[in-house]
Amino acid sequence: MTVYVDIGALDDIPAQGARLVRTPQGCVAVFRTLDDQVFALDDRCPHKGGPLSEGIVHGTSVTCPLHGWVFDLATGLATGADAGAVRTFATRVQNRRILIDAALIARMNAA
Amino acid sequence: MKRKLVVIGAGMASGRMLEHLTAAAPDAFDVTLFNGEPRGNYDRLMLSPVLSGEKTYDQIVTHDAGWYAARGIDCRFGEPVVRIDRATRQVHSNRSSAAYDALVIATGSAPFILPVPGHDLPGVVTYRDLEDTNAMIEAGVAGRDAVVIGGGLLGLEAAAGMAARAARVTVIHLMGHLMERQLDPAAGYLLQRDLERRGITVHCKGATKAILGGDRVEAVLLEDGTVFPADLVCMAVGIRPETRLANDAGLEVERGITVDDQLRTSDPQIFALGECVEHDGQLFGLVAPLYDQARVLAKTLLGEAAAFRPVQTATKLKVTGCDLYSAGELAEGEGREDIVFRDPGRGIYKRLVLGDNRIIGTVMYGDTADGAWFHGLMKDGTDISAMRETLIFGPAFQGGAAADPLAAVAALPAEAEICGCNGVCKGTILSAVAGGAVTLDAVRSATKASASCGTCTGLVQQVMALSLGGAVAEAPQGMCKCTDHTHEDVRRLIRVLSLKSIPAIMQELGWSTVGGCAACRPALNYYLLAEWPLDYRDDRQSRFVNERNHANIQKDGTYSVVPRMWGGVTTPAELRAIADAAEKYDVPMVKVTGGQRIDLLGVRKEDLPHMWADLNAAGMVSGHAYSKGLRTVKTCVGTEFCRFGTQDSTGLGIRLEKLMWGSWTPHKVKLGVSGCPRNCAEATCKDIGIVCVDSGYRISVGGAAGMEVRETEHLADAATEDEAVEIVAAFTQLYRENARYLDRAWKWIGQVGLDWVRARVVDDPDSRRALFDRFELSQSVYRADPWAALSTAVETPRWGPLADLTLEAAE
Repeated sequence: MTVYVDIGALDDIPAQGARLVRTPQGCVAVFRTLDDQVFALDDRCPHKGGPLSEGIVHGTSVTCPLHGWVFDLATGLATGADAGAVRTFATRVQNRRILIDAALIARMNAA
Repeated sequence: MKRKLVVIGAGMASGRMLEHLTAAAPDAFDVTLFNGEPRGNYDRLMLSPVLSGEKTYDQIVTHDAGWYAARGIDCRFGEPVVRIDRATRQVHSNRSSAAYDALVIATGSAPFILPVPGHDLPGVVTYRDLEDTNAMIEAGVAGRDAVVIGGGLLGLEAAAGMAARAARVTVIHLMGHLMERQLDPAAGYLLQRDLERRGITVHCKGATKAILGGDRVEAVLLEDGTVFPADLVCMAVGIRPETRLANDAGLEVERGITVDDQLRTSDPQIFALGECVEHDGQLFGLVAPLYDQARVLAKTLLGEAAAFRPVQTATKLKVTGCDLYSAGELAEGEGREDIVFRDPGRGIYKRLVLGDNRIIGTVMYGDTADGAWFHGLMKDGTDISAMRETLIFGPAFQGGAAADPLAAVAALPAEAEICGCNGVCKGTILSAVAGGAVTLDAVRSATKASASCGTCTGLVQQVMALSLGGAVAEAPQGMCKCTDHTHEDVRRLIRVLSLKSIPAIMQELGWSTVGGCAACRPALNYYLLAEWPLDYRDDRQSRFVNERNHANIQKDGTYSVVPRMWGGVTTPAELRAIADAAEKYDVPMVKVTGGQRIDLLGVRKEDLPHMWADLNAAGMVSGHAYSKGLRTVKTCVGTEFCRFGTQDSTGLGIRLEKLMWGSWTPHKVKLGVSGCPRNCAEATCKDIGIVCVDSGYRISVGGAAGMEVRETEHLADAATEDEAVEIVAAFTQLYRENARYLDRAWKWIGQVGLDWVRARVVDDPDSRRALFDRFELSQSVYRADPWAALSTAVETPRWGPLADLTLEAAE
């Protein structure tokens, strides 16, 4: 079962925008769509490392600000002609608070 | 022996429960019914018609005194319950007590009051019960100003009710569109348009800061500084379950009173139902699930097996003439698809959300006749793949052999009007095609169909396809994959149809996607702010990262900061402030730019507002080195110092930069002013270049020195500095109003021709003056420093990360 941790209020992210969360596994971009869905993805485009959190959010997609790759927020897959993927993380919205998979707190090689 | 049942609250849910209970087992219970309101149950859904004057209170009573008497119910109305004593199983009101074997809490919900200054002034009301409704009626709203805070279901019904009583009504809504829980932006836009047609003012994205007034309410002040006069303020921002009694009694309460599938609370003798309960993490506000609860609770009380299972319910707005329908899930998501139908002419929008070949959500505006049919398909989980092509047209269209979307057009009679602007019917288009007009342009010139507003273009093409058998002549290239309209069409239609928001454009022009794409959204945002400088508010989320963050993003995700140096002139104090900022924020590189200013490269995003505040404190503002707007005005020293200078080129450059800074343009705009033909400011490769000569100022335009290197072309000679300034501003405004988004000036001039530009900017002084005035109007809004606006105490934290989980890991 996924354990979740609170990272902030839904209203801290503008609709059609994103905010960054720092984690031991790198920066995660947390997106809010126009209809208040929340998605979390690695904040790094597999193409040239562009910060996806700064892209334009349209529908449930984001366009990378550096070179225009488009990613499906739900799957993390690049769409169109580009091939690539970014990691996605489970999120929930409860009482207008955003929760994220607590596994992100763990160090990458926690052993 | 009869058991003793006590019910707290005579609302719609408990009323329905008592109906079930007394019908099934009239003699099972002695019922005592407490109610804080001095009356029994009435239909709260019908308060809107009472408010608007279409109904009276007597017409909405559901249970009168006779009904309660016939069932032997001991009614204690006007007696709010103050305490539940679980140990002795007693309920105490302000006047009396009653013992129970079973207790039902049905205390409903209370309106949420925004805790802003002035919320307790006389004249501030809520909208939940008959008292509230009567307060609004008795306030005598006719001809007076009423402000409704909250654009959800209740707020809009209150607004429409008061408008029907001839009040001047304004609705303030925090979110980007009305009823955002039930509607998507397209449907929200249509609703807003209909309300505005009834004279109701709608202000979205409005956060209430304070309610103003002395003895009673006088006005409402928003965070953005807008003030709406108000004789009456109705707060309808939401409700919260009324759980105080349950809390005091020590029952388990989350957001609502927690109940299980049998509506039982944490005390097995105590039940709860209605808006005060929370079941499986969910609260309930619509009547259908509450009636379900009533049925289940009646059975539970009689010892029969029953379980409450909430189902999706549909929403309709009870405002006459606003036809909307919403049900199920409207969110986009993985594996979900949309079918969108828009008929701009009739103001119709329908959207079905599909998941796994089943309807999982429906939103409709303007024509909701098929709502029940879609709802049935959704509830039954019907596989719709067989009728998918024509599903959106509704049940009337199903069942034929070959389902074909073109069939709808084929079925139209020859005299059916296709183009409303020019009154062109289907038959006329068909004969034009038969006569050899096989392209859209040919049909347009032959019939005028779709040649005016253009919204019927798609329909004209379908008619052509009928006749040409699918080999349709294509329309001109659309501005992006979301639309077939060209940039030029979209700009013209924004003007002609008075479209003032992105959802308005997408609805009226039939966008095929729900929220546009990264190509059209920045363009639409620019076209709107250029067309409606005073009405439209810039949408930051529709801007490319550099313009959203007012700094240039670098390859590693850091930013560069370039403060403005007017005309390339600076002072020791400014240089000191820049040096201090560079050191304070560990700037890895300080570089002089080609535009005669200083670039601080490698600034972290969360440092931006702090650095801006420091630079602001030293009197500097954003240099807009990131914008599709005025960048720099490069100058030489001119007559001030140079022995060859013919005019004060530095002074003119500064004057132009102070006039034009902050303006948004289709692409970037760079200026240069040289003091003599030696042209040290390199003015002849700028978008606008001025070369000073003894007799005045030679103005040339359309230069570039990027991927394309171009020399400017001569536009005009001006004898005075004032004239030069007016021509430059007028040229810029003409470019702003006409060029395609992301076309540099030279590209646009290439399309319209320099003579066309000259005729408007130089030869016709009235036209020039009008352009200049429109530029000034826009600048009255945009000649402001975005850095100052974004480095306030409220904004600054938004530049940092939302959360830092590395700290938690360390703990």
